[in-house]
Amino acid sequence: MKKNDQIIERLEHLNPSKILTWTLLFIGSIVMVTPIIFMVSTSFKTGQEVYTLSLFPKSPTFENYIFILKESKFLIWLLNSLWVASFSTASVLFFDSLVGYTLAKFKFRGREIVFVAILSTLMIPTEMLIIPWYMMSREFGWIDTYWGIAFPGLMTGFGTFLMRQFFLTLPDELIEAARIDGWSEFAIWWKIAMPLVIPALSALAIFHFLGNWTAFLWPLIIVNDPDMYTIPVGLASFNGEFQMDWEIVMTASCLATIPTLFVFIFLQKYIIKGIMLAGLKG
Amino acid sequence: MANVQFENLFKNYGEVKAVEDFNLKIADGEFIVLVGPSGCGKSTTLRMIAGLEDITAGNIYIDDSLINKVHPKDRDIAMVFQNYALYPHLSVKDNISFGLRAQKLPKMEVENRVLEASETLGLQGLLSRRPGELSGGQKQRVAMGRAIVRNPKVFLFDEPLSNLDAKLRHKMRAEMKKLHKQVGTTTIYVTHDQIEAMTLADRIVIMKDGVIEQVGTPNEVYKKPNNIFVASFIGTPAMNFFEGKVKSCSKSLTTITLKDQKDIKLSSNIYEKDQDIIFGIRPEDISVNLDKKSKMKDSIELDAEISVIEPMGHETVVICDSNYGELTGKVESSHTLKENMKVKLIIKEEKIYQFDKISEKNLLL
Repeated sequence: MKKNDQIIERLEHLNPSKILTWTLLFIGSIVMVTPIIFMVSTSFKTGQEVYTLSLFPKSPTFENYIFILKESKFLIWLLNSLWVASFSTASVLFFDSLVGYTLAKFKFRGREIVFVAILSTLMIPTEMLIIPWYMMSREFGWIDTYWGIAFPGLMTGFGTFLMRQFFLTLPDELIEAARIDGWSEFAIWWKIAMPLVIPALSALAIFHFLGNWTAFLWPLIIVNDPDMYTIPVGLASFNGEFQMDWEIVMTASCLATIPTLFVFIFLQKYIIKGIMLAGLKG
Repeated sequence: MANVQFENLFKNYGEVKAVEDFNLKIADGEFIVLVGPSGCGKSTTLRMIAGLEDITAGNIYIDDSLINKVHPKDRDIAMVFQNYALYPHLSVKDNISFGLRAQKLPKMEVENRVLEASETLGLQGLLSRRPGELSGGQKQRVAMGRAIVRNPKVFLFDEPLSNLDAKLRHKMRAEMKKLHKQVGTTTIYVTHDQIEAMTLADRIVIMKDGVIEQVGTPNEVYKKPNNIFVASFIGTPAMNFFEGKVKSCSKSLTTITLKDQKDIKLSSNIYEKDQDIIFGIRPEDISVNLDKKSKMKDSIELDAEISVIEPMGHETVVICDSNYGELTGKVESSHTLKENMKVKLIIKEEKIYQFDKISEKNLLL
């Protein structure tokens, strides 16, 4: 009897809007997770089994992993990707927050124009910029270099906008207090403003790192040498003229996901935790 | 320590005049309080001394050297903000030493000075805490610690006590006074609270709409207000005002008609015929009398009815309705007054302030 009561009580708590929400979330999660499950499962399949829809491989094998790590240039691509994404993320964190801080906390003539100009870059699609970028890179000799892959992402309109919005919420008094305390403007930014926007920096770092990690079009164009490929370009290179070795691609994809997982796990706690602006008010 | 001087200081925000022709000399070691209603320009003035606000016109000198264009960090001042502006991610110790570290002082000296300041303010046990873990009063003390540790020429306080509850505010006020006695640094303190101004200041500067209305010791501004604004701003409950018109005046006697056509006679002869006068009387100078026959010498009597009684413990505030408007008196709490009682308000002539209605200036000065 008691169990029945509990069930009835639970059912009473259910209302149509909750049921709808859960259903939608459930469908959403299936749509998101299924491809990932198949990616992992395919990475353990043999070539013959790839086109079966079975979730569990009949005879699981590590051969794909051994092939990827030993025979292909995957590790080189992984290092390339890591280097480019890290360098570019560090650059974005530094420059976007510096510009965002300036736009948020300094009054100068033309500030609004600069801000609008930066925002407007968000409206230009990458595809349109690729030709001028390529021509620049050819002139400067940046083809097949890390710099060539990374330079379009070293500063972003989005990051500048995001950081500006966060710096706007920072009380002016903190900056003024530090100014009276005798620190230079750069030191104030670094020692006072930056530690207080760590949640925003973490979010930006995740966005930018992931975006860079999965970037395909630009690296494909700027890089010809297989030793300079990033992971997405490398994955595409498995695409043979007549056939596609899906099990290899999926295995490489699995491995390629791991660093992004670490980035997310490491940074997300800063987003959630945040730093309370508790130094103010009584 | 230093003297501070303002010379024809102006500050405009576009069309708005925040500070107008501000002139003041502050002596070395003096405790000056800028007081006035919000928007009167007192904080703007303070921020101009700190260098956080540009000066539209005029000059500011600290120790006789012009500082108009000097960067805040080179002015050798320390400021305590209304919301304390403690760095939330730094410990109390780091908050206090932050300014010293900017000066690149040797580690030992920084350590010693932080210890000294924290002893002065009773912060020893809190040094490793973050601002988020402190109470309002403790935060306030840390903010003061950050100021005194630098040993500056001038302290600037921008409404430092306004975020504290009444009891704590009273306590911190006393501590502040003690601290000033101890360190003796020239202090400029901004508040809208006239009690803080009266209790702390060596001299009070009363401001309104960007203009100085009066500068004087607490006693001076209380006893000899320049004008109606100062008279009404200083003192709680505020001064009572009622109007009158000069009916006739001779050498030693002036007859003045009040609003209800009642004539009162004053022995002063400072008036012109038909001049409109505003009388001011402090609540503590009104005696509330039930006995209808008592006619005192050199005093005037006004009929009134008690509308509200506010017992304060040691005394009672009595708010009365009369033909001359609302009048507030302060009496001893032993009085047996009740609401709706008809009373006579007796005011000694010597206690009456007299202002010109048009210029609002004090006629007795």
